[in-house]
Amino acid sequence: MKMKEYKTITQVAGPLVFVEKTEPVAYGELVTITLPDGSTRRGQVLDTSKDVVIVQVFEGTRGVDTSSTVRFTGDIVKLNCAQDMLGRILSGSGEPIDGGPKIVPEERRPIVGAAINPYARQYPREFIQTGISAIDGMNTLVRGQKLPIFSGSGLPHNDIALQIARQAKVRGEGEEFAVIFAAMGITYEEAYQFMKEFERTGALERAVVFLNLANDPAIERLLTPRMALTAAEFLAYEYDLHILVILTDMTNYCEALREISAAREEVPGRRGYPGYMYTDLATIYERAGRIRGRKGTITQMPILTMPGDDITHPIPDLTGYITEGQIVLSRELHAKGIYPPINVLPSLSRLMKEGIGEGYTRDDHPQWNDQMYAAYAEGVDLRGLVAIVGEEALSERDRLFLKFADEFERRFVQQGRYEDRDIEYTLDLGWELLSMLPERELTKVERKFIEKYHPKYRKGETKTEEAAEEAS
Amino acid sequence: MEVKEAGYVGEIYRISGPLVVAEGLKARMYDLCKVGEEGLMGEVVGLVGQKVLIQVYEDTEGVKPGDKVENTGMPLSVELGPGLIRNIYDGVQRPLPVLKEVSGDFIGRGIEAPGLDRKAKWEFKPLVKKGEKVKPGEIIGTVQETEVVEQKILIPPNVKEGVITEIYEGSFTVEDTIAVLDDGTELKLYHKWPVRIPRPYVEKLPPVVPLITGQRILDTFFPVAKGGTAAIPGPFGSGKTVTQHQLAKWSDAQIVVYIGCGERGNEMTEVLEEFPELEDPRTGKPLMERTVLVANTSNMPVAAREASVYTGITIAEYFRDMGYDVAIQADSTSRWAEAMREISGRLEEMPGEEGYPAYLASRLAEFYERAGRVKTLAGNVGSVTVVGAVSPPGGDFSEPVTQNTLRIVKVFWALDAKLAARRHFPAINWLQSYSLYVDTLKDWFAENVNEEWNELRRWAMEVLQEEASLQEIVQLVGSDALPESQRVLLEVARIIREVYLIQYAYHPVDTYCSVEKQYDMLKAIKQINDWFYQALEAGKTIDEIAGVEGMEEFARAKFEENYKPALEAALEKIRKNLLGE
Repeated sequence: MKMKEYKTITQVAGPLVFVEKTEPVAYGELVTITLPDGSTRRGQVLDTSKDVVIVQVFEGTRGVDTSSTVRFTGDIVKLNCAQDMLGRILSGSGEPIDGGPKIVPEERRPIVGAAINPYARQYPREFIQTGISAIDGMNTLVRGQKLPIFSGSGLPHNDIALQIARQAKVRGEGEEFAVIFAAMGITYEEAYQFMKEFERTGALERAVVFLNLANDPAIERLLTPRMALTAAEFLAYEYDLHILVILTDMTNYCEALREISAAREEVPGRRGYPGYMYTDLATIYERAGRIRGRKGTITQMPILTMPGDDITHPIPDLTGYITEGQIVLSRELHAKGIYPPINVLPSLSRLMKEGIGEGYTRDDHPQWNDQMYAAYAEGVDLRGLVAIVGEEALSERDRLFLKFADEFERRFVQQGRYEDRDIEYTLDLGWELLSMLPERELTKVERKFIEKYHPKYRKGETKTEEAAEEAS
Repeated sequence: MEVKEAGYVGEIYRISGPLVVAEGLKARMYDLCKVGEEGLMGEVVGLVGQKVLIQVYEDTEGVKPGDKVENTGMPLSVELGPGLIRNIYDGVQRPLPVLKEVSGDFIGRGIEAPGLDRKAKWEFKPLVKKGEKVKPGEIIGTVQETEVVEQKILIPPNVKEGVITEIYEGSFTVEDTIAVLDDGTELKLYHKWPVRIPRPYVEKLPPVVPLITGQRILDTFFPVAKGGTAAIPGPFGSGKTVTQHQLAKWSDAQIVVYIGCGERGNEMTEVLEEFPELEDPRTGKPLMERTVLVANTSNMPVAAREASVYTGITIAEYFRDMGYDVAIQADSTSRWAEAMREISGRLEEMPGEEGYPAYLASRLAEFYERAGRVKTLAGNVGSVTVVGAVSPPGGDFSEPVTQNTLRIVKVFWALDAKLAARRHFPAINWLQSYSLYVDTLKDWFAENVNEEWNELRRWAMEVLQEEASLQEIVQLVGSDALPESQRVLLEVARIIREVYLIQYAYHPVDTYCSVEKQYDMLKAIKQINDWFYQALEAGKTIDEIAGVEGMEEFARAKFEENYKPALEAALEKIRKNLLGE
């Protein structure tokens, strides 16, 4: 194809470059801009017409002037995909930055993936054990799910993501997840923590890392998650791998989206974010899942920090409407010294109902889950009452629920960063806490489960107490 | 869809995402166009001077200025005929199984796929004879489409009245001629109808029959009428989709059209995997046998999402015209509104509230107004009931889509994040929700369920209201400070909430509750209430009353397939323990 080169830049506005008098240029075409000093920038066509073409420049427009040369490549943005990507560290736009050789592509894939036909999907059902009680027991993750962590600045979301990446397994299968890690606008320190941990555990061999750090160009962040998911799709569907994709921090991605939108002078939606942010986020999150007849799967765990810890902010809000639940971290629990500070009440896993119970986790799990939720919610409500009338004014029953809520946080949610609890341990621990309450309050579980799992009926059998002692 | 005349081919001037501007093209508003070399589907949404604005239903990456645009001269239409049931379509009625065959697991571009299978043969039985005079909308024969659904073949409403000169019985594809009119019009098993034009009917009838959903809180407290409109707004995670699925599964409509508009792919997969397995409690046949799915998930092109609700409601109206009761679930109308906002933004229209176009309210009203119980052109009675989910940002009901929807719909099922957090499902807030059909449906319930129904309903609602005001006091001073009679009321309210209102969508028995069972349960709770007060008068303490043996069995009776003996045994036990022999 003939390369088309122009020196007709008429306007530079923020990350956008306007080029006039071109031959027809395709929407979405990849663009290379050569600056007078010989350096190059990459960009993509955002709007094209017979008169003017608008290009968004991924690496920023610093140094671009009207004498720069714009070359339309006739190609769209693609990622070099190969099995050799595993173990490599790439930039936010897919170039190796670990000093290693170039990746020899087996295939060049457009980074904008086509939508999975809903008719081709398979409903996710396989329980993933993360070893974290507040997730496995209360908000179970399944293979092919997209479950984000809603965090706040300064909360240990990275530790949790790492712990999940380290411990996640489907039981009965030795196979580990391959991890695709996409960093968008996080600090060097945070990235270093991830890298060190990957290296220490040897997980890097089974990981592909895309790094766009805080000082890298913001607009590049629009590419990073798509690059990561393209790599994920390639490895999952061509090499039958089970992929866990960690995207952090989606808030930075959305900021970049807003920047482009503002530069284009578009009509803003809520809080200045573009009206199409929902659609845009969906084209990222919906790339998780399972496909009938294919072995590989893609499980997504995006991390985002809620500005001002506000869950109604457009970023967590739109995310929650797309993803299949959310794990919400709480500053209050963190302040109490509880790790992981997962607040189970606003957390949710939409797919757990199909992935738990007999044949998946354990027969009592669904009703156990309802009971744990109801009891903890009641205990938390009572704390509000205690603040007003004092604990003395409570009935004996209420005091038990109050104690339950405290113990729930202190013993059930709280666990070590390297503590890998299996699901039986998690469920038994729950039963141990429930046994603090009078039996007639356990209305959400059937009698048969009480008789089977309640510590009162299985003396000497439970191993949680001993195990807890060992752990401490 | 071949292009006929010159002037109907133009050239692309500009591309901005899903919006393409063409020049040199003869076009009317809402004409269907084929854009670019791949022939991407698009629809004319604006005319500015010599330029034609087209919203494209597929991804436009790689399309260039100067590429050709063809105008088909036809508005966006759906094909209506045998083959609709059990199918799953994208927003512009392309069958997803066909797309999978053509382009694999991922949806490709520029694929033309007719809405109805051209090869399938259907057994047509005529109901009219040669020489008979027929009017538009009249039924001329039937096709048994699935075990449950008999499709009635209508004279298309846009065909002139005439006399049948030929009519054939036998096995036909949708494109074969099954009858001929005296003016030479050839009739087929299917016809096309433009999605943005409501199908005609004779007159609207008052909504006096409830759509029974098998969901206790809905049927008892906030019923929707057949032909009515309802909205379910709620923040994410509060159970909109589960409620919509429950309605699609258990409501007593003959046809269900489920529109997944800009929602999750896995949710549609769930319907696809689950519905063929589930049995319709009324016919005993798989639920899929009466269901049409329209799925335009959030990552599919935004313009097709805008079209998907029209595609869905046109299909619903077609079945209504046969005299069926149709229920349509739109999940979610907010995504539809956002699609309008996105297109409007690209058109650089002056925005209204929160960036939504100024015509948001009128579009919503037009859509919901297509619901209704009507006398059809054929003289039957049919209905379309519309239930729209709304996804307000941040769960804030004051936003434009929720507000404009509430101005139109008659039933409001308010989902509550707090209830959801404590796993009270369905998380429908009984103090905020309302149904304006309660009065018009009173007679139906009194005649068809029990004459006490309305009184029981009123009583239970009063207890819940009373509880809410007492709770405010309890929050301040604790429940010990209340007089015993009020504490009994709190206990009764707790029973109503936990036993009656909580309904387990995933429990095989509790997922569906017939109106008879609803009546029995409510009546039993009222009975317990009366005994509680008798016991209180007889000197029992509140703790003795609340802790009475038998309540546990009572709470579990609803899970029994044959609930009546369990319910009665529990009642008897409670009575004995409270009041003695």
